[in-house]
Amino acid sequence: MRALARLVLLALALSAAAPASAQSLEREVGNFPEKLEIGISTDEISITSDFRGADLTIFGAIDGFDANLLAQGKYNIIVVLEGPKDNATVRKKERVFGIWVNTHSMTFELVPEAYSLSSTRDIATIAPPRDIANMGIGVDHMRLVPLGFIGDGSSLGEFRNAFRRIREESGVYQRDPGGVQFISSSLFKASVRLPANVPNGVHVVRAYLFREGLFVAAKALPLRVVKTGLEQAITRAAHEQPVIYGLFAVTLAVITGWGASLLFRKD
Amino acid sequence: MTVYLPIAELSVNIFIILGMGAAVGFLSGMFGVGGGFLITPLLIFYNIPPVVAVATGANQVVASSISGAITHFRRGTIDIKLGTVLLCGGLVGATVGVWLFSVLRRIGQLDLVISLLYVVLLGSVGGLMLWESIIAMRKAAKNQPTQLRRPGQHNWIHGLPLKMRFKKSKIYLSVIPVATLGFCIGILTSVMGVGGGFIMVPAMIYLLRIPTSVVVGTSLFQIVFVSAYTVIVQASTNYTVDIVLAFVLMIAGVIGAQYGVRVGQRLRGEQLRALLALLVLAVGVRLSIELIIPPKDIYSVVSAGFGF
Repeated sequence: MRALARLVLLALALSAAAPASAQSLEREVGNFPEKLEIGISTDEISITSDFRGADLTIFGAIDGFDANLLAQGKYNIIVVLEGPKDNATVRKKERVFGIWVNTHSMTFELVPEAYSLSSTRDIATIAPPRDIANMGIGVDHMRLVPLGFIGDGSSLGEFRNAFRRIREESGVYQRDPGGVQFISSSLFKASVRLPANVPNGVHVVRAYLFREGLFVAAKALPLRVVKTGLEQAITRAAHEQPVIYGLFAVTLAVITGWGASLLFRKD
Repeated sequence: MTVYLPIAELSVNIFIILGMGAAVGFLSGMFGVGGGFLITPLLIFYNIPPVVAVATGANQVVASSISGAITHFRRGTIDIKLGTVLLCGGLVGATVGVWLFSVLRRIGQLDLVISLLYVVLLGSVGGLMLWESIIAMRKAAKNQPTQLRRPGQHNWIHGLPLKMRFKKSKIYLSVIPVATLGFCIGILTSVMGVGGGFIMVPAMIYLLRIPTSVVVGTSLFQIVFVSAYTVIVQASTNYTVDIVLAFVLMIAGVIGAQYGVRVGQRLRGEQLRALLALLVLAVGVRLSIELIIPPKDIYSVVSAGFGF
């Protein structure tokens, strides 16, 4: 009986120590000898008229690594390509008098428009899920903060799940456990996919290094995705000179309609 | 071959868009309609955001109506005075419509309202046209004369004040119903991306008793200006006119229309109207099915760019 009580006490002490040790780990982050370096072949992706998506390759190296740990595969890397952020509204349809109508909606504040994750293996096995969640890595741990009044919050979970699912189905959110590969001892290569419907703007490439389940270092690089040529000119005209753009669209229609009737009258 | 639509922000197969434009152009040439009521739903079925489909549809209407309007102008079958009254109502209606469009878009009910309006209008207009053309066909079979206009008859509309003499149409009519009709059509142009000829022509013939000879030309006159105005207002308030999409549709549309006209000339008037009625009903049914069957996903996500 006494032995059992001691065991329980020990267990309690251990569980109490756990958060403390986690905190001390966080403080240690800066003290790891390893450094992470990454580079991308281009800092700008152009969307041309025949754009059908692109693969982006990110190279990286671990400096100051421990050769033993590396050989045992104790280093893990997660690379994330995060798109520009914008508010997103999830709407839910319900049947009202026989037709399907949007009845409920929830807007999430500043969520990335695209999110591609590559890692050396499944992120759940790289580090304790709680740490990954705290760092907000992965679609499942992305911070989805509702905007405005949401009632008692009971529907928050279903809207968050729907948001993640739809974004993953449409291909703008994706994950590739195995997309990061070591090409030599400490050099690695990550490929992330830019979908055909990739949003314009400044994307951020973030790389995270983990050693034996502990977060060691992170590095970020910007990547600009721009529409080029005619596409960009049209988008800019539409937003900066909307009246002239509208007049031009009408003129084009008048010329096309009139021109065709003249052309076909001759023969 | 794919082409990137800069405003819709997606890549589409150019041949599908060309095919759509040509098919709708063919039908619009055959039936003498603008084709906006076909092109907008087709674009929506092809996953073009409804906000872009509507504004771009209005642009396509300009192209498909302009040559008809010019032809009628040359022949002198446009009542400019009547057309101007219609147009005044139409411009106000289009302005209100674009405002409504923005509000509905903000509260997330735009797609529903567009579909509902299409179902109600296409269903009722298609049904009436079918009914009318069946009666006409039966009368034609019995060799009875068909009369679209019954001059001596008057309805309550002809008792309204603010009367004006429209010389070309040879009628003396209050401006209130004319401007109101223009106003309603203006709203439809900006909310649904249609020219509205399929409603305006019957309304002018049956309600206002305007002679058939000037009806088509005058309605085209109003349609060209109101849809051109709508394009400009949509472009400057909602930024939803996709010029690449519109241009591809126009090119295919005007060519298709030329062939449609030739086929249309071989068919008889009431047969043509019955076919058009069936087509209108078919689009209406297709859209209503979309509203009634359970959606594949009851959730949808819009980012601020398009949701707002």
